[in-house]
Amino acid sequence: MLHVTLALVATRPAWPDILVFAASASVILIGSVGVVTARNPVHAALSLVMTLFGVAVLFIEQEADFLAAVQIIVYAGAIVVLFLFVIMFLGVDRHEDVTTEPLAGQRPLAFVLSAVTAAGVIAMAATAHWVTGAPQVVGPIQGHITDAASPAGETAQLGKQLFTTYLFAFEATAALLVIAVVGAVVLARRPPVPEHPDDERAESELSS
Amino acid sequence: MSLSGAWYLGLAAVVFTIGAIGLMVRRNVLVMFMCIELMLNAANLTFVTFARMLGDIGGQAIVFFVLVVAAAEVVVGLGIVVTNFRRRSTTVADDLNSLKG
Repeated sequence: MLHVTLALVATRPAWPDILVFAASASVILIGSVGVVTARNPVHAALSLVMTLFGVAVLFIEQEADFLAAVQIIVYAGAIVVLFLFVIMFLGVDRHEDVTTEPLAGQRPLAFVLSAVTAAGVIAMAATAHWVTGAPQVVGPIQGHITDAASPAGETAQLGKQLFTTYLFAFEATAALLVIAVVGAVVLARRPPVPEHPDDERAESELSS
Repeated sequence: MSLSGAWYLGLAAVVFTIGAIGLMVRRNVLVMFMCIELMLNAANLTFVTFARMLGDIGGQAIVFFVLVVAAAEVVVGLGIVVTNFRRRSTTVADDLNSLKG
């Protein structure tokens, strides 16, 4: 009897883990509902920050410390700030009427489609057998961050993998970022003033 | 010991669904973009969960690449939104109906 109880206790997750998951899951859900329902785009962006922080906490909970830091720095620090910058630059931070439905029947259809998608994903996850049964293809996640044998833990492994197995993809992302920067500069550039009045007329017709 | 992966996968499915609903329901292009970010985050959470469940660091490596691609996508997408706003003075997707017959 004592052994059974001990086994149950051993397999049950510790209460701090449950607490952390519950807290961050509620933060994530409140934030994501806020993104969808906020009338002001600025409030939607702030709700997005809330969701991103919750996801970062869950990353730490799953021993992905480096990704949690990158999540905060890149997503909350750069992407959301870019969103806020564009919102304020364009001056569209006024309330949008989200109560009226411009296209008849769009919202019920969206909810039905999303419910089907979610039910399909969950049913697939519940019934499917994991055929990707080849764990530790590129190396196991050894130890926790507090493990003395591997003090850097998974961060060191992730770095090693990025610069060996995924080196080509890593270099390709560098090219991708350069292309994105060039594209953003080209898009944000003001078009040159047309030299011929015909061009100008054509342009004003286009934009009207 | 952490919670079982099923909890994380269920949460990711719910967040993905909320993002999909937002993408289909909202009119503002900027808010639609944020809903896409929500869906990307749900996918990232799934990848990290499977990395832990299968003990494979590759799941975390792909999250890294998803982050980079998301950053590039947002930069170009917001550039397009700004360019469009200059011509049409709107960020509402319904107003971009020049090709409507």
